[in-house]
Amino acid sequence: MQYQADVTIELKSGMLDPEGTTIKRALEHLGYETDNVKTAKKYIIDLQADNIHDAREHVEEMCQKLIANPIIHNYAITLRELQ
Amino acid sequence: MTIGIIQFGGSNCDLDVLHVLKDVIGVDAELVWYKEQDLTRFEGIVVPGGFSYGDYLRAGAIAARTPIMSSVRQLAQEGKPVIGICNGFQVLTESGLLDGALTTNKYPKFRCEPTYLRVETTDTPFTSKFSKGDVVSIPIAHKEGNFYADESTLSGLEDNDQVAFRYVDSSGKVTEEANPNGSQENIAGIVSAKKNVLGMMPHPERASEEILGSKDGLRIFESMVEFISSQ
Repeated sequence: MQYQADVTIELKSGMLDPEGTTIKRALEHLGYETDNVKTAKKYIIDLQADNIHDAREHVEEMCQKLIANPIIHNYAITLRELQ
Repeated sequence: MTIGIIQFGGSNCDLDVLHVLKDVIGVDAELVWYKEQDLTRFEGIVVPGGFSYGDYLRAGAIAARTPIMSSVRQLAQEGKPVIGICNGFQVLTESGLLDGALTTNKYPKFRCEPTYLRVETTDTPFTSKFSKGDVVSIPIAHKEGNFYADESTLSGLEDNDQVAFRYVDSSGKVTEEANPNGSQENIAGIVSAKKNVLGMMPHPERASEEILGSKDGLRIFESMVEFISSQ
C-alpha cells in the first residue's frame, strides 16, 4: 500500500523562535494583532508499507533518527492512504 | 602525527584549518573526503566550518549521519582529540558526540564579527596553553549558533567543567550585550565528558596569524598538537 505522511516539526514550547517573533512583529506593523506566531516545518513523505500501522512505525523511526532533533523539537505525524 | 580534516560537500573552512596546521604550526595534516571511512591513520580530527549539505534539514544534521562520523566517534572513544568548529560544532551536537543543540541566533541574522571569549577551563586537550580566565579574541560567522541544552544537561556541563569558552566583553565579563546569538549562559564552546571532543562556534583558524588581527586561536591548535605529542 502507498501512504503519505505529513510530518510537522516544531520547536518545543518555551524555546526561542526568532523567526516566529519577527513575523509576529511584521504582522503588527500591518495592523494584525496576534497572540503568538510559531514557525514549523512540514515534510511530506510518500512511502510503501503493508498497513498504516507499519507506515507509522517507519515514519516515527525516521523522525527519531533524522528528521527531528529530540533536544529541541516536537513532531507530529499525520498519515493517509494514497489511492 | 597526522591530523585529519573532514570535508563534506559545503565545508568551506577546511583549507584554512589545513593552512594553520601545516604552514603555521608545521604538523602533518590531511583533507579527508567524507566518503572515506578509515580514519585510523589520524591522531586527531578537525570537523571544519561551512555549510555541509547546504544546511538542509538543520545545520549539521545530514553530515552527522554520514558513515565517516561513525569513524570519528570511534576515534573519539579511543580518547583522540576531535575539534568541531562552527558547522563542525553543529555536526558534533547533531551526532550526539557533544551535548545540546545549536539553534537560530536570537536575532535571526548571520553574524560575522570578532568576539571576545573567556577561557573557562584549561583542563582540556585544546585549552592547556591558556590560563583560566584569559580573554581572547576569535571571530564568529554563523546564523545558527545559539547554544541550547535543557536544564539538567546544562548543569551537568557546568558541574563537570565542560564549558570551554563563554562570550564576554573585552574586560572578561559575561554580559547580555557580549552574547552574539542568545546562547544559554553565553556558551561559545563545550567539551565532551571525557574532554577530548571540543565544539565551538568561533573560528580559531581565522585568528591564527598576526596579519589576521589575532593569534589567539592558534593556541587551541597548539594545545591539541601538544596533547597528541604527549600521548
